Amino acid sequence: MLELRNVTKSVGGADHIRDVSLELRHGTLNVLLGPTLSGKTTLMRLMAGLDVPTEGSVWFDGVDVTGVPVQRRNVAMVYQQFINYPAMTVYENIASPLRVAGAAREIIDREVRRAAEILRLTPFLDRTPLQLSGGQQQRTALARAIVKNASLVLLDEPLANLDYKLREELRAELPRIFAETGAIFVYATTEPHEALLLGGNTATLAEGRVTQYGPTIDIFRDPVDLVTARTFADPPLNTIVLRKDGHSFLLDGGARLPVPAGISAIPDGDYTIGFQPHHLSLTSPGPGAVPVKGTVSVTEVTGSESFVHLVFAGQRWVMLSRGVSIFEPDETLEVFIDPRHLLVFDSGGRAVRSAARTAA
Amino acid sequence: MASIELDHIRHSYGARPKSPSDYALKEVHYTFADGGAYALLGPSGCGKTTLLNIISGLLQPSEGRLLFDGRDVTHLATEARNIAQVFQFPVVYDTMTVFDNLAFPLRNRGVAESEVRRRVHEIIDMIDLGALADSKAQRLTADSKQKIALGRGLVRSDVNAILFDEPLTVIDPHMKWMLRSQLKHLHRRVGFTMIYVTHDQTEALTFADRVVVMYEGEIVQIGTPEELFERPRHTFVGYFIGSPGMNLLPVEVEGRVARLDGLAIDLPAAVAIPPGARAELGIRPEFVRVGREGFPATITKIEDVGRHRIVRATLGGREIAAIVPEDAEIPSDPRVSFEPRGINVYADSWRVETEAGL
Repeated sequence: MLELRNVTKSVGGADHIRDVSLELRHGTLNVLLGPTLSGKTTLMRLMAGLDVPTEGSVWFDGVDVTGVPVQRRNVAMVYQQFINYPAMTVYENIASPLRVAGAAREIIDREVRRAAEILRLTPFLDRTPLQLSGGQQQRTALARAIVKNASLVLLDEPLANLDYKLREELRAELPRIFAETGAIFVYATTEPHEALLLGGNTATLAEGRVTQYGPTIDIFRDPVDLVTARTFADPPLNTIVLRKDGHSFLLDGGARLPVPAGISAIPDGDYTIGFQPHHLSLTSPGPGAVPVKGTVSVTEVTGSESFVHLVFAGQRWVMLSRGVSIFEPDETLEVFIDPRHLLVFDSGGRAVRSAARTAA
Repeated sequence: MASIELDHIRHSYGARPKSPSDYALKEVHYTFADGGAYALLGPSGCGKTTLLNIISGLLQPSEGRLLFDGRDVTHLATEARNIAQVFQFPVVYDTMTVFDNLAFPLRNRGVAESEVRRRVHEIIDMIDLGALADSKAQRLTADSKQKIALGRGLVRSDVNAILFDEPLTVIDPHMKWMLRSQLKHLHRRVGFTMIYVTHDQTEALTFADRVVVMYEGEIVQIGTPEELFERPRHTFVGYFIGSPGMNLLPVEVEGRVARLDGLAIDLPAAVAIPPGARAELGIRPEFVRVGREGFPATITKIEDVGRHRIVRATLGGREIAAIVPEDAEIPSDPRVSFEPRGINVYADSWRVETEAGL
């Protein structure tokens, strides 16, 4: 298990990582999700031993490894920029960690070919990295991480520079590849959709803090605060500040949104309501759905889905609907909010959760 | 703004191409209409960047001509083509302020200062950097620098075309949403001819009126997002667009029935497969229903991606993916059926037109 205990990293008086505590188990996939500059790379460098925390400690399998340099840890790293030895063939690039470890020739050959097969590099083993496309170069770097058989594998936006489809395929394979090794697998990304496809656990990062850690889908559905909900929404989370009065939140135009049953006892006052774009729809999703009228700003169609950007009471919202729905700018559109999936946040941005959800 | 005509253009990076496979760009013959928003979409190595470089003048095609509004520009230098370009990585002048970076292309052409101010203010609002107008560019994040590069590409109103080469790759997802919808908004209002190269299907489909899908140096389909989604002309389009891509099942076709390992799948209309051709039934995961009706299937994996679930199952010995809405029930002994309107039939990877004209 990799443990971070109250880790803080300051550079020139500015906190890049603030009081982070995490426990990552062997054989698990852990996503670090957050925007650029939220601290993902810094956190990985602390995990790897490339940097030493200003405060707090790092433990590996019960041993305090704070200050132990990366060379003395069994860590593999893959970066967004492809890093290979330009003068070596792909074969030798993949083989390099095994050569350093003094492995037997037959073992090296077997492992290199196995990794090359997984990453579809077999036809390119005799080439040098500069004769490869970006995707092939990154696959070479990933193959090297695989043969290293490291106990901690850190992947820093490894697929960001790859083709969309290749990304989709590697993303599906990576968890399986690394799960077999029993390593602790840490994967940094800015993309919520990528986190959801990878599954596993997710730690959401905002301004150097881990705001929540747990099973990926649980965090998506049940974020502890508004910052986490926003970090984990693509398309962006729809939000609006509403006044609670009795059993409902008051909307512009006289409509009322029912307060979710589990939290009906919260005091009256202002709350931020959030909901995902697919919980706004053109037709009523069922009894209790609340109709509101918005003004269309732009429609984006992917063929399978449509993203309708609209403005309601000064808020920019996105509606995600299946199929093709095209609306003209400035058109008034009646849409339905599904009250079963409302997220409610207090004035401090903390999620107001039902007792059942909080216990779970 | 101008129309851009690609007149039988081919390109080979080698000196003496012999076979079609020596061409990075096989024959391309198409006209981008004046004021249209186009995306060139495909995996790396498909020829999309080669084509963009030919349009910008970075490359001279081995064969064929390039015409802007009917005028041959094949051998004109980039500077003489009057185009704006936005690249994947930001190109900004670090020592200039954000405002001056945006004003540069206008001042360079002697545009009156009052007009410069008007245009720059409009663009700076769009890219949401108004608060940083007087800051030096070097202090900004990569993200903000790319926004400047994007803004500079849009600031002139007299260009023949604006070319974008993967402009949003380095931008965070939330900002991507904003910039994309603003680009679209701007295009509707101003009507620039825009050509946008990307490997990201969401960017291509949401940005463009027409998407040009490229594969191995060829254009395999040009269509609206809806056409590419519902009627992929080539199995590559089915695979490349959509997440997951289209399911492809090897079948034997007899009139209105497709047979897959003992299963008889009804087709919406009769199709004729040329003798000896390899027949496949294509159906997107969005048109596969998982429920109590249809063929028995074995579910191997369910991926919950939030807004829906991706169900992986085995049907007639083949892997198949289905998209199931968030709240839909999945029975313990699931059956799989196909929505007729989502069925396409392919012969040797190309779509077969049905007699009903579907």
